[in-house]
Amino acid sequence: MIQLENVTKTYPKASRPSLDNVSVGIEKGEFVFFIGPSGSGKSTIIKLLLHEVAPTRGKVVVNAKDVTSLRSWKIPQFRRSIGCVFQDFRLLPNRTAYENVAFALEVIGKTKAVARRVVPEVLELVGLGGKEHRYPHELSGGEQQRVAVARAFVNRPLILLADEPTGNLDPDTSIEIMRLLDRINRTGTTVVMVTHDSNIVNQMRRRVIEIESGRIVRDQARGVYG
Amino acid sequence: MRVKYVLNEVLVGLWRNVTMTVAMIITMSVSLTMLGASVLMYMQVDRMKTFYYGEIEVSIFLNDDVTDAQRAAVEQAIDGSDLVKSKTYESKEDAFERFKVLWQDSPDFINSISADSLPESYRVKLKDPEKYAQFADGVQGLEGVRQIIDQRTLLEKVFKIFNSIQVMSLVVAAVMAFAALLLVGNTIQVAAYSKRREVAVMKLVGASNWFIQAPFVLEAVVAGVVGSLLGFIALFIGKVVLLDNKLQALTTILTPIPNGNVWLMLPLLAGVGSLVSAVTAWVTLRFYLKV
Repeated sequence: MIQLENVTKTYPKASRPSLDNVSVGIEKGEFVFFIGPSGSGKSTIIKLLLHEVAPTRGKVVVNAKDVTSLRSWKIPQFRRSIGCVFQDFRLLPNRTAYENVAFALEVIGKTKAVARRVVPEVLELVGLGGKEHRYPHELSGGEQQRVAVARAFVNRPLILLADEPTGNLDPDTSIEIMRLLDRINRTGTTVVMVTHDSNIVNQMRRRVIEIESGRIVRDQARGVYG
Repeated sequence: MRVKYVLNEVLVGLWRNVTMTVAMIITMSVSLTMLGASVLMYMQVDRMKTFYYGEIEVSIFLNDDVTDAQRAAVEQAIDGSDLVKSKTYESKEDAFERFKVLWQDSPDFINSISADSLPESYRVKLKDPEKYAQFADGVQGLEGVRQIIDQRTLLEKVFKIFNSIQVMSLVVAAVMAFAALLLVGNTIQVAAYSKRREVAVMKLVGASNWFIQAPFVLEAVVAGVVGSLLGFIALFIGKVVLLDNKLQALTTILTPIPNGNVWLMLPLLAGVGSLVSAVTAWVTLRFYLKV
């Protein structure tokens, strides 16, 4: 599903590469944690997978597509097969929960009728039934992140990328979000999560890939934060 | 839904930044008015050239004491030249008749002149008025010729004035166009900034590039089209008020501007206005909304 082959990424003006000759493969339906200290390069992996940045060297293959050689006008289409959740939620403040999710559908060409059918369903799935018409500022952090997850998942992507999704949440709420991601994973969606929340990693007991200074130092099938 | 969404975004965008929108429209319309005026002027000079060059004559005035032999030599030189289309002879009496018609409003002036004081002349039309110098060379040296006058040189002076007005309005149009471009670029940047969250989400969920950019580009195009409409109206009013009324005397000499030509400016200005603003907006977005 995801294949990094000898990927090196050096940002301009950086003294050392963010990722240094990294190779890793992730199968369909896996749940993978990327862990490591700040600046270790784990967020760069998310950016590479989304093709927000291009690798300096090496090959990134997502969903059997070589992202590196993807034409720029094909990137939008490519991104529709990937859902994405961030630490800062990235919701539109002037739209309700329903509208935030519907917006994601409508800007990729889905009709309002489709949105009316699909959005309530996915909001129900993330546990926000009854709160569709609240604005982000009327929701708690955990609820906002649920909206973000609903938006990422509404398109039924093959891959869900999560960049420190619990970074702004308290431990209890974090665990609820993890349960949600786990449920999504069980539908067959590959989940890649970047985090440095040791609690969560230890509880989930999933594959853990640890990165330090741009290199993979550990890749463990049912790992702990360590 | 997508068309409705895009149109709605355009209206909201134009309204959110209404002072900038007005500035954009004004500079755009002034620039396009100038452009339209200079294009009209260009077409006008062209029309006048074809109109007047058909009428142009070379006048060969003869000395008062010209002999029959000299006159015959001049006539032979004119007839022998293959540059000549037609020629007429004007005697002192003919010249006086014409003079009387020309100055019929000032009888005192006519009374003070007799046929004798006017020179006799040949009026020659050339096949190609541009070849005046070649023709004049053949006649200039002959005995009895006092002066050769080419009407074309008089017209050239008029055309030169037209040309410089035209160049001036083109320069103003270019300067205003530059200001308009900067304003369009700036407006688009502000619009893109105020919608940066939406744009970020759209990119994240894979909205196509044209869908992200269309509202911004259309915003600029709408301003461009409104600007060109205003510019066209200004041109039309200018034509009616100035040329058809205030300066009517001038237009009888300068051949009137046909309304058809003025109407032709509408698609021209609208086309130039919308194309220029669309390209500017699009280029700005390429720098500003990196995908």
